[in-house]
Amino acid sequence: MSTVTGAAPLGHPERSERSAAGDAVMLRYAQDDMRVPHGLVRRWSGIAVALVVVGVAVPVANLLVPETGALHLSDYAVQLIAKIMCYAIAALAMDLIWGYTGILSLGHGAFFALGGYAMGMYLMRQIGSDGQYHLPMPDFMVFLNWKEFPWHWALSDSFVAQMALVILAPGLLAFVFGFFAFRSRIKGVYFSIITQAMTFAMMLLFFRNETGFGGNNGFTDFKRILGVTIATPQTRMVLFVITGCTLIGFYLVARAIVGSKFGRVLQAIRDAESRVMFTGYDPLRYKLAIWTFSAVMCGVAGALYVPQVGIINPSEMTPAASIEIAIWAAVGGRATLIGPIVGAFFVNGAKSVFTQYLPEYWLYVLGAMFIAVTLFLPQGIVGLFRRVRR
Amino acid sequence: MTPDLMRAGTRARRAAEQRSAAAQPGPSGGREASYSRVVDPTQLDTTHGAILYLEDITVSFDGFKALNALSMSISAGELRCIIGPNGAGKTTMMDVITGKTRPDAGRCFFGSTIDLLRLRENEIASVGVGRKFQKPTVFEHLTVFENLELALKADRGVRASLFFRLSGAQLDRIGETLVLIHLQDAAQRTAGLLSHGQKQWLEIGMLLIQNPKLLLLDEPVAGMTDEETERTAELFLSLEGSHSLVVVEHDMKFIHALTHANPAKKVTVLHEGSVLAEGSLAQVQADEKVVEVYLGR
Repeated sequence: MSTVTGAAPLGHPERSERSAAGDAVMLRYAQDDMRVPHGLVRRWSGIAVALVVVGVAVPVANLLVPETGALHLSDYAVQLIAKIMCYAIAALAMDLIWGYTGILSLGHGAFFALGGYAMGMYLMRQIGSDGQYHLPMPDFMVFLNWKEFPWHWALSDSFVAQMALVILAPGLLAFVFGFFAFRSRIKGVYFSIITQAMTFAMMLLFFRNETGFGGNNGFTDFKRILGVTIATPQTRMVLFVITGCTLIGFYLVARAIVGSKFGRVLQAIRDAESRVMFTGYDPLRYKLAIWTFSAVMCGVAGALYVPQVGIINPSEMTPAASIEIAIWAAVGGRATLIGPIVGAFFVNGAKSVFTQYLPEYWLYVLGAMFIAVTLFLPQGIVGLFRRVRR
Repeated sequence: MTPDLMRAGTRARRAAEQRSAAAQPGPSGGREASYSRVVDPTQLDTTHGAILYLEDITVSFDGFKALNALSMSISAGELRCIIGPNGAGKTTMMDVITGKTRPDAGRCFFGSTIDLLRLRENEIASVGVGRKFQKPTVFEHLTVFENLELALKADRGVRASLFFRLSGAQLDRIGETLVLIHLQDAAQRTAGLLSHGQKQWLEIGMLLIQNPKLLLLDEPVAGMTDEETERTAELFLSLEGSHSLVVVEHDMKFIHALTHANPAKKVTVLHEGSVLAEGSLAQVQADEKVVEVYLGR
């Protein structure tokens, strides 16, 4: 053994030697703490920069800099970045459950869409009588000849109630689904397959007109949010700033989770679940907690996505949409916190470039990207950067 | 009352007095095991001497009987070596005790009150049964320090883990354990980078830091150097008495090292899912049936 020291005590070390050993470890631990002032700058400077970009730089470049100015940021660019930030939240949620806990979900699109639909219901009610039929009910209900709202639209007029639904709907679905799946000890690829089945079933359900969510057209033509017109640059910018702050907030929460003992138990479940059990932890509770939190994060991302993109329909629940979330996390770098955010920006940035100039090649590029990352960059783009820096 | 009845009564009383005087208060029997003692069914109770009690455990996989009416009892503080050829059911027995496998029939008690067959894996670990796997199983992506931190005795709940902070005493305990398993210089190294023998030690350390009453060790010295094996034997011998240990091992040299100080120490030989022989190592090695199925070949 390389670490053998002279006459290390076995069994029952003498008290003095015990505390000497404890002191040595304590000293090392204390030194970690002493590095905090330096670490503090490193840990928070990035956050400060991100806040300035989201809260000051982008609004100024978009609203105040004249359109002819070199630093002007177009409305299109703002909307694109906002959309990708929503995706980044979903990718971060995926990273917590896949990268850190080792559970690959191929159904996170369902949670994203549920959050989106909850927000969409409220936005549909905000249209009021300004729809094509000029009636107080949403157009698709008028078209279906419905005279009154179905029961699940009862609270849709209230912003607060719908925001609660943004959290409760995906959270409750994930909790119930996760409880039975984890209790039955469904793992690995089997879990991935049933999550995929779940999102597919949800998609079929939401496609039906009777479900009361606008069938295959979903919700669109939003006019107002909280009584304010939605299509103005100012409203868009407010939504952009909220989205950016939410992303930063979730990043900080994820960082706190990963840095806690809870986060280390999650990684332990990923590495050796049986050892976790035989150490006295109940993996069910840990998995269920992070799985539900991850679903709620996705739901919030969906709710922010809908008013900015202006449409929500069941295509968000296709299995392909969920797989894409996993690709963002993998390309950026699993089990790193910044990775999924980088991945979401990289893949979606590339997507918007390709679909503009070479639309027919995009899916080939996406597939090649995923294969390349799987084969050569197990830690994704972030891992590549770390390797280069060393 | 007739004189002979009185005499008989006196004799009976004397006998009873002698019996109670002979019964020493200790790990087995005596006043502590008598009536009117308050029994807490959630607490380990070893006043009857046994810490682990297996009775007629039968496990079959698709008709193949991995364990066939296995009965065995381990005393509190005992270090029991279990040997047996491949497929004798040694690992299955550990699976049953730790809750990984449910037996088709039989009873399995921890002390005299805790029915292990009613508990789940993590609950069995919490009542004080620690298990080391055949293949060293540590958390590869965490550091040695973090591995021990997770094993440390603390609230296992989700909320408690979210807000967990190491106390000075706990830090001290990790330090002690690091010294005990000779990994004090590797505390911040990722566990996946340790050598095979070091991983075995780390896993043993993760068991010890939980301070379990009963340790189940499945081939603990596989892949260790001779020096490491010797150290492990010393460590286990030092734990004997304060802990109960069940060691499953193929390495006869290691069994010798564990028993040579006390040649009367019991060794159990398993074969085809039940106990073939039990006794001191010398007795077992002289047993014809044992020689036939295992040692001779």
